Amino acid sequence: MAILVDKNTRVICQGFTGKHGTFHSEQALAYGTNLVGGVTPGKGGATHLGLPVFNTVKDARDALNVDATMIYVPAAYAADAIFEAMDAEIPLIVCITEGIPVQDMMRVNWALRTSPSRLIGPNCPGIITPNQCKIGIMPGFIHVPGKIGIVSRSGTLTYEAVDQTTKHNLGQSTCVGIGGDPFKGMGFVDVLGLFWQDPETEGILMVGEIGGDEEQQAADFIKSQYDKGRYKPVASFIAGQSAPPGRRMGHAGAIISGAGGSAREKMDYMEKCGITVCESPAVLGKTMFDLMQRASLQQSRRGIHH
Amino acid sequence: MHIHEYQGKALFKEYGIPTLEGKIAFSRQDALSAVKDFDLAKGVVVKAQIHAGGRGKAGGVKVTRDMQSFENAVDSILGKTLITPQTKKEGQLVRAIYLEDTCAIKQEYYLSMTLDRKNKRYMVIASEAGGMNIEEVAEKEPEKILYLGINPIIGLQPFHGRRLVNFLKVPPESYGELTQVLQGMYTLFTSLDAELIEINPIVLTEDHHWVALDAKITFDDNGLIRQKKVAFLFDENEVDPSELKAQQFDLSYIKLDGTIGCMVNGAGLAMATMDIVAQHGASPANFLDVGGGATQEKVTEAFKIIVADRDVKAIFVNIFGGIMRCDIIAQGIVAAANEINLSVPLVVRLQGTNVDQGRKILQESGLKITSEDDFDAAARAVVSLAKGA
Repeated sequence: MAILVDKNTRVICQGFTGKHGTFHSEQALAYGTNLVGGVTPGKGGATHLGLPVFNTVKDARDALNVDATMIYVPAAYAADAIFEAMDAEIPLIVCITEGIPVQDMMRVNWALRTSPSRLIGPNCPGIITPNQCKIGIMPGFIHVPGKIGIVSRSGTLTYEAVDQTTKHNLGQSTCVGIGGDPFKGMGFVDVLGLFWQDPETEGILMVGEIGGDEEQQAADFIKSQYDKGRYKPVASFIAGQSAPPGRRMGHAGAIISGAGGSAREKMDYMEKCGITVCESPAVLGKTMFDLMQRASLQQSRRGIHH
Repeated sequence: MHIHEYQGKALFKEYGIPTLEGKIAFSRQDALSAVKDFDLAKGVVVKAQIHAGGRGKAGGVKVTRDMQSFENAVDSILGKTLITPQTKKEGQLVRAIYLEDTCAIKQEYYLSMTLDRKNKRYMVIASEAGGMNIEEVAEKEPEKILYLGINPIIGLQPFHGRRLVNFLKVPPESYGELTQVLQGMYTLFTSLDAELIEINPIVLTEDHHWVALDAKITFDDNGLIRQKKVAFLFDENEVDPSELKAQQFDLSYIKLDGTIGCMVNGAGLAMATMDIVAQHGASPANFLDVGGGATQEKVTEAFKIIVADRDVKAIFVNIFGGIMRCDIIAQGIVAAANEINLSVPLVVRLQGTNVDQGRKILQESGLKITSEDDFDAAARAVVSLAKGA
């Protein structure tokens, strides 16, 4: 079942005929993604990669019955592209673009609150359900279908996590790169909520970073599930244990960012909430594997007693 | 991106935030001719123009009232190195001074605007404790600080101004001007993609006017693509040369104190690589993210930056190839190692797209490269090589 995307998801690409849009659309098609068309203003009516091109997202949506859009538009125009996709009520918007002005994303963040659309990103690798749907820039071949849901703030560190779970024969249900920007779409808690509802996701690997307090919020969510007796094993890694205290952007900013942003604080908090935290980035797959073993052992023991 | 006080004040003027008359001088001669436009008897302030704060206590700000003291102040600041708690430890060379009028101060206040990342809105911070370290005030006397959130969808409203004057207990005759300052600050912040505007202090004068005595503005680097006028204010003298070089090649580099040079793609993996190096008992010499689309040229430049750091005893390259193919990276590594005559041990870990071709290129290069597939083994190898060196 996976979350958010599967083989039936009908996808369009914004920035379709551009260099990045073209390259990653080709890659998505090769992977088997159900890409049905794209948008490039001024090129409506043309055909690109054998698919129809539209001038606006609204036109594409009216013609194609779209479930998701992937945005490969340059940073200066990316917020506008997200707003356009929201206006056309595309259910899932995935924005890969890096370097969007932060005040643009702040407005996007508020607009999302009254929109039926979901946003993944920006500045993220995207989302993939192995062998079904790839929306993003991740190397498809490292993924195999399986039972681990992966959610991460990072790009290549997500690939590392994927690769390690693949090598431990766990596979992935769906992998979501939520991106590293402070103002973004879906966060850890949003994705974890979906993983919890998904029966195919039996365990979760969560990759965080220093800064902010999103990992703590995620830990609170996980603990609340555990308290209700809904158990799914969660392993985690927080990048930046050795990072020196960040360069502050000034006094005022430092006051607001406040406490809680260091790796150690996050790790301690998560452990307290029942999450298994990896000290080393080299043991993500092994830790997840051990956790899954233990969980299935406990389940079978319970089975014997009943 | 940071800018200088004199640049900030020029922007303040443009956006209706009152400042005193001032002039910038880049040489002694400049200063001596500029000072003729001031009334020295009333006082002229000589201020060092460097990005780092804490200038006053370090001797970078001096009030002068006659020609002799003015010349002394110029000579003691311009062309000298200023060390403040916010500069690097060698200090920062003062290349320009700002000459400014004085005014009769009735009271000093603190006023700033920034982004509240947690609540996703603009945030104005104000305090009657002007001219002080605001972090200390926040810690010791939090009741003296007003945090005023502004929802970006609603924007600045008249009530924000009312809350500000009410909190600061501003006398009624000075309401209007302060709300204009607030409006100017908001407009500047939102139209130029600022990340921080800090006026510490902003003062109320004896004749009931508001004046910004300092101007600290930081801009969102991502906004510079559409803020050409702001990008033009960049002063490369204020940035570490190796970090500047990295910027030119679109590499994200931060120099640290350790001995293991790291070259990684992606910020998260770069941090994780530093972490694992630290766990094996060594310290990373830098954070270096070559990004998603590194070319051979970028890899070469990254190597040059790493080896220019004399503390580096070994280099750890950790690349997970996605869009960036491992064979391209391997070619880049080989070309760079040959070009710069690499003298420290090199450990390379490649994973991902075209990894086998990549490893083959490294093997056949004839270079002394330790190639390791396992993350942990690679980290252990580079740490022991660095210690053996």
